[in-house]
Amino acid sequence: MISRRDFLMATLSAGALYGSGAFSRLFASGTAPAGKGIELAEVIRKGGRARYEFVVRRQPVGFDGRTGKGITLNGNLPGPLLRLQEGEEVELVIYNELEEVTSIHWHGILLPYEMDGVPGVTFPGIKPGEKFTARFRLKQSGTYWYHSHAGLQEQLGHYGPMIVDPAEPDPVSYDREYVVVLSDWTFEDPEWVMSRLKKEDGYFNYNKRTVFDFFEDVRRAGFLKALRERMMWGRMRMSPRDIADVTGATYIFLMNGHTTEENWTALFRPGERVRLRFINASAMTYYDVRIPGLRMTVVQADGQNVQPVEVDELRIAVAETYDVVVQPTDSVAYPIFAEAMDRSGFVRGTLAPEEGMVAPIPPRRKPQERKMAFHRKGHGDICGACDPQPVPYDFGPTAAMVVQNPVCRLEDPGVGLQGAEHRVLTYADLKSYGPWKELFRREPDRVMEIHLTGNMERFLWRMWAKEGNRWTSEPTELIRWRYGELVRMIWVNHTMMDHPIHLHGLWMYLRNGSGEFNPRKHTLNIKPGEKLCVDVLVDAPGYWAFHCHLFYHMHAGMIRVVEVS
Amino acid sequence: MRKLLVAGTLGSFSLLCAQDTFPYRPDPELIKEIVAPPSRYGKVLFDLFEYNPDERELSYDVEAWFGGDYNRLWFETEGEHSLREGGGTLERFDLYYSRLIAPFWDVRAGVGTHRIYGDSSSDRVYLAVGIQGLAPYWFETDLNLRVDADGKITTDGEVELDLLFTQRLILQPRAEFLASFSDIEDVGIYRGLNSVELGLRLRYEIRREFAPYGGVSWTQFFGKSADAVRESGEKAGTFGIVIGIRMWL
Repeated sequence: MISRRDFLMATLSAGALYGSGAFSRLFASGTAPAGKGIELAEVIRKGGRARYEFVVRRQPVGFDGRTGKGITLNGNLPGPLLRLQEGEEVELVIYNELEEVTSIHWHGILLPYEMDGVPGVTFPGIKPGEKFTARFRLKQSGTYWYHSHAGLQEQLGHYGPMIVDPAEPDPVSYDREYVVVLSDWTFEDPEWVMSRLKKEDGYFNYNKRTVFDFFEDVRRAGFLKALRERMMWGRMRMSPRDIADVTGATYIFLMNGHTTEENWTALFRPGERVRLRFINASAMTYYDVRIPGLRMTVVQADGQNVQPVEVDELRIAVAETYDVVVQPTDSVAYPIFAEAMDRSGFVRGTLAPEEGMVAPIPPRRKPQERKMAFHRKGHGDICGACDPQPVPYDFGPTAAMVVQNPVCRLEDPGVGLQGAEHRVLTYADLKSYGPWKELFRREPDRVMEIHLTGNMERFLWRMWAKEGNRWTSEPTELIRWRYGELVRMIWVNHTMMDHPIHLHGLWMYLRNGSGEFNPRKHTLNIKPGEKLCVDVLVDAPGYWAFHCHLFYHMHAGMIRVVEVS
Repeated sequence: MRKLLVAGTLGSFSLLCAQDTFPYRPDPELIKEIVAPPSRYGKVLFDLFEYNPDERELSYDVEAWFGGDYNRLWFETEGEHSLREGGGTLERFDLYYSRLIAPFWDVRAGVGTHRIYGDSSSDRVYLAVGIQGLAPYWFETDLNLRVDADGKITTDGEVELDLLFTQRLILQPRAEFLASFSDIEDVGIYRGLNSVELGLRLRYEIRREFAPYGGVSWTQFFGKSADAVRESGEKAGTFGIVIGIRMWL
């Protein structure tokens, strides 16, 4: 229970933190619509500590004149931009004004596990009317974000951006910067979304194959080839058009809380270097991001500096972050265009030399179909020795499909971007800015296989862990690692979907053939039929959630807990 | 002194604990409840709910389930009701328990009844076992074996397929059969293949949950069943136009 004094203190201090606009929002009865866009958190630094307070509450949020029921942090969607300094001690207080347990998970941040904010795993959660204070020292810098790890709150706006400024001079030079939080929004209750997924396979997919698609294939490839292809997919009871589980049929797509119509705008002066910090805070949407007319130089991935790589487009998986630098020289409005991977929708913002400009919406692209990549041979294998033990696997009803020969797909930009004529970022392009000498010399102490399985008919998703001959898949069965060891994980994706896999509290060093420059990430996408290897230096004791960051996949069982002792 | 001792031991005890215990240990119940809740859902589907204006007959095939991913309780009913005669056939009225045994398949077992009502009425109560699922090439399939108190066994099945013309306009071919290993005259079932029903229904999904349709349905009786149908003054083969609504919630 929150005492009256506590409440007064909370509201007073929260009130003191804000400008009058935010202040009135906080004291409003809960019917005033939330603010939108990026609002800088006024962090108070006192006694060598950076302190900030969050109030979590239900609040209406307006989009294009329609009002939805959101969950906001300090009356804004997304939550306030938390800007902190590497090396500083932080104190982040969360007041729960919901009628259910809440939490904030600091995504990608290294911290004592009991501050990590996963109810049931790292702490009991913040009960209604109560507060929780997360205290930790920042040991890293870069672009990150935070979000609820309780219930179905994240879908409703319970997320926000976080920047940790480096203690050392930033190797990236830029004249101005913007945070670009991409997310998805539904006016429906997330419970309802989940129930549709459970009750009918493909409920939100309005891009299924029709008989006319078959005729088109016949025309293009001949009857026999078209039929053979159909038979193959039919035998497996899989669809090549199964790209996103939740689509534009219910979602609208947001950039810093704004719709395309509302046109979030970033200003620049021609010739300036503009740093854009993209964060994908979506529940289910992978975005393909481009700024037609400008090349983007990727300088950071998941908060970690990478060797600059110039691209025209990048795919940002759910929960990833990418920092890019662009240098617009012309005094025109450029679209910041983020298109959903399944092409069921998009959001457009504007990069403009002055206020009030609206950049055009680039021509829309048709969705691609998934190909049977695992029937092709892998190209030059940059994954290295990354092979799971051979079949048989006994996944029972949790796997509608078992991939026998997973392939290394790090150089593959993924469905929808394959065969693009412009340069698209792939995981093969990511090289750490600095080398990891120590780590690279070590042999792994433990090898563990992680097999991702799915059954779309039941909307059943699992992460199977295999160590020796022991297989486990239940969220309550702990994966056990020892403090100090180097774990190599071999991941295999047996499903037809992409999965952004996130490990809390520990970096994953992606084995992409860059040797001591292998990039490290907190979230890694794995494509259908792909095998992928990561090294984890187990340097933080405690309990760490390890899960698919597709919101409804996690809630359908695609989550594990790692115990580091 | 004693107090100090107690405090001392308590202190070292808590120190020991601090060394080998974590400030918080995962609570499996909470993990299940908050992070990945065990899901229990339910669905009621009016797969067929239609009217044949020529025969002035209502037909229905309704199923409902409730449960988790693996274990579910089912209710299923199917039948025809003639508005002309005021009677009809309740082909089945079943309660099942089902279990997911393979990625696309459930096995199920339960009890049910087959009932003829109207001018004359009779029924048959049985135990039923069956499988249900999605066969290769997207055939939604359901196969049952029913045994009544006299040990008489019947088998029936149903296959349907969705062919999309557009994302909302969907053609559904459907086939059903009923066969028996013995004569069960009371309810008009005879040894051998009794009947086959073929249907072709074109629906328009206004929402996924709500789709009006129109279509054709052809029913053919065989062997002794055909004779029995003819004896009652009806044709052993009927062809009709149906209009209906497919809906679920």
